[in-house]
Amino acid sequence: MYKKIILMPLALIFFYGCSQNISPVDSAIESGIFHFGNGSEPQGIDPHIVTGVPEHHLLISLCEGLTIANPNGGANLPGVAESWTISEDGKEYIFYLNKNAKWSNGEVMTADDFVWSWMRILTASLGSQYPDMLYYLEGAEEYHTWVSKEDLNSMLANELSNDADPEIVFSIEQSLMNHKPKPLFDTVGVKAIDEHTLKVNLKSPTPFFLGLLSHYSTWPAHKETVLKFGEIDDRNGEWTRPGNFVCNGPFQLKSWELNNKIVVEKNPHYWDSSKVRLNEMHFYPVSNVMTEDRMFRAGQLHLTSTLPSQKCPIYIEENNPDLRIDPYMGQYFYRLNINNPALQDVRVRKALAYTINRKLIVEKVTKCGQIPAYSFTPPGSNGYYPDTEIPFDPELAKQLMMDAGYSDSNPFPKIEILFNTNEDHRKIALAIQQMWQQNLGIEVELVNQDWKVYLSREMVGDFQVSRAGWIGDYEDPNTFLDLMRPNRGNNKTGWEDANYDAIMKKANSTNNQEERYELLNQAEELLIDNMPIIPLYTYVRAYQLSPDVKGYSPHILDHHHPKFIYLERD
Amino acid sequence: MLAIFIKRILLAIPVIFAVASITFFLIKLAPGGPFDADKAVSPQVLKNLNEAYNLDATNWEQYIDYMTNLAQGDLGPSFRFPGRSVTEMITTGLPVTFELAFYAILIALFMGVFSGVLAALKRNTMFDFIPMAIAMIGICVPTFLMGPLLVLIFGINLEILPVSGWGQLPGDKILPSLTLGFAYAAYIARLSRGGMLEVLNQDFIRTARAKGLTEKMVVIKHAMQGGLIPVVSFLGPAIAGLLAGSFVVETIFQIPGLGRFYVEAAFNRDYTMILGTTIFFSAMIVFFNLLSDLAALWLNPRSRDAS
Repeated sequence: MYKKIILMPLALIFFYGCSQNISPVDSAIESGIFHFGNGSEPQGIDPHIVTGVPEHHLLISLCEGLTIANPNGGANLPGVAESWTISEDGKEYIFYLNKNAKWSNGEVMTADDFVWSWMRILTASLGSQYPDMLYYLEGAEEYHTWVSKEDLNSMLANELSNDADPEIVFSIEQSLMNHKPKPLFDTVGVKAIDEHTLKVNLKSPTPFFLGLLSHYSTWPAHKETVLKFGEIDDRNGEWTRPGNFVCNGPFQLKSWELNNKIVVEKNPHYWDSSKVRLNEMHFYPVSNVMTEDRMFRAGQLHLTSTLPSQKCPIYIEENNPDLRIDPYMGQYFYRLNINNPALQDVRVRKALAYTINRKLIVEKVTKCGQIPAYSFTPPGSNGYYPDTEIPFDPELAKQLMMDAGYSDSNPFPKIEILFNTNEDHRKIALAIQQMWQQNLGIEVELVNQDWKVYLSREMVGDFQVSRAGWIGDYEDPNTFLDLMRPNRGNNKTGWEDANYDAIMKKANSTNNQEERYELLNQAEELLIDNMPIIPLYTYVRAYQLSPDVKGYSPHILDHHHPKFIYLERD
Repeated sequence: MLAIFIKRILLAIPVIFAVASITFFLIKLAPGGPFDADKAVSPQVLKNLNEAYNLDATNWEQYIDYMTNLAQGDLGPSFRFPGRSVTEMITTGLPVTFELAFYAILIALFMGVFSGVLAALKRNTMFDFIPMAIAMIGICVPTFLMGPLLVLIFGINLEILPVSGWGQLPGDKILPSLTLGFAYAAYIARLSRGGMLEVLNQDFIRTARAKGLTEKMVVIKHAMQGGLIPVVSFLGPAIAGLLAGSFVVETIFQIPGLGRFYVEAAFNRDYTMILGTTIFFSAMIVFFNLLSDLAALWLNPRSRDAS
């Protein structure tokens, strides 16, 4: 009897086992369902509110902007706009919308839809985190950042009641003196000329403007649906729920089970629906990379969002046919806090940069095809190749340290490397700790912090050296170099250089791409010469892809429009 | 019994109130906020966001606000997931976590009581040593190792069970339930063995045997009622622990339960979500402790009379 009881669960397992022998990936060839490992649970699908990679993967199937990313790289392809003209000075764009472009409820899309959507993201009270993507439009920044007189007064009172910072007080007083009434949206450079023609006026020629249009923050939201569930600035409206959600992408939202699965199905109203070959896409929010790897191996996923980093070298060695390592427009670097007394001297910063052996780091530590970085912008971003150099030269570095006044009798103070808790960051920091200790005799301490603590310490400048990464938002060096201009929230190093700012300004006012790249290169050289950041390596996108998936081409920004993807078994 | 029940319920209210208050101020002390992101937002945008979620008010005002809403059963909107309320997220995750905990506790009770009682009856034989050795392994091997091991064997090598999911593919509930249940089965096995050993030596068992009852009757009717009291007392905290601690299993097996919300909320500084789930779990723990105390009272007449 005991035996029976013990055997029963095993028999049960076996019984279930026999009933399940076709994996989701196998059955997908018939059903046309793409099983997509999507990292974490998306915050939502409101294109004007969400930020992040999983959100982007989902949105690219649900909505579409004026242009879409070219799967083969290069210039953007037509999206909702079927064609466009650019004025000679590069500041005026006329978009001719596709007359077949429809919302998923069958309504025809109009130029007004874009005007309204851009007004929405530029509405300050919505609290969108990406309004600056549209700051290139005439009047957009002024419209978004306008503050009422009452608010300015209360800010001033608040500032004066605490320890008043004279600079802030001065700037508030200035704004109060020059205060203007709230600008109308008419002042922003976007107009509907007629139902299917949209005119956009930019502040200055922005050669990457078409590229911005494949970023979800510039995509449209369906006015009637949004307003049915709340105001224009309502963050919590339920218009994004299945059944309510209306957008204009190749797929439409079918169901959404929190932390479980999101299903999108083919949208029959999509203007190019004859090209769409998938029937459904299932997005799984698998935040545990090991679980994701097991799901892929068991045929439950076509695509993983990433790869357990320790498995990458093993898969490379095994020649795993499913492993994909694609170029990616992202840079891994260290920020140096310029306001820290020890790091104020540029010779010290250079010495730190010159004693890091980047080749060793990518070959022995990260081991997944990463590329050593000698510039801030990853080389090859839309044809831009910076010619900066960062030598690995411990002798020169020692000399620089001596020049800066450090010697055995006056040793360099101990410094800290701050990073968010993560085994990969720790390994890299350990390697760099070793390199600095060995080559410069500097004592280095590693400090890891929970993600949010790390972010807030970086934000307030409570660090010496901190680990950082930056992924491009659009395919242009500006997405990197703009970061280091003064007053940019993501600079975080405290480095400000008027000359750098002037070069960047000049680069962004020219309409000649060659001249522009030349200027950007100058800025890049200036940056590397001042070394407020130490570039370490260029990221790669490492993931696993089932051989059944076709048309999923490598893309430097990881944009994969689903209308090019299909499933076929060789 | 009823009086005890009511008294305990009334006592639970200040406990939960205290939990809510302490949690509220603790999370305000943690550095970083819900809107800190890799890509820092401009001060202007941050101000707009703080206004949208009433974070620009003083902590004290926010506290009063939160408590007033809580008293009305409103746990507020999630900061991380715009458009979703905390109540909605708890009610979606809860049934899944409950179901998982239910299967796990069934497995734990079945395996644990069976092997524990068997071990006590056949003391110092193979039937004692082997189950107890396995129980020791069950206590020592953490679920984050047990889960992937089971997946590797049944999911990837033998290919007879799915490696993840909940209610999507046939049989995907087996491995997570086993993984979670096994750890508790081990405890229950040791507890029931200990409880049974103590009872089996007592006079009333000898009397029962002397009356000529069959061994089966002696064990099931007389010995188990007293011998399993430690198990029953353990069940309350165990169920609460299962609910709150299912995070690891939920993550390994990609299960859309409440445990994942709970832990991820802390990483995201999703204030309302942290508060909501903490309050909810503390209520659960209080409730299940109360249930197990009542069950123990009911099984043990002496303590019932005493109170």
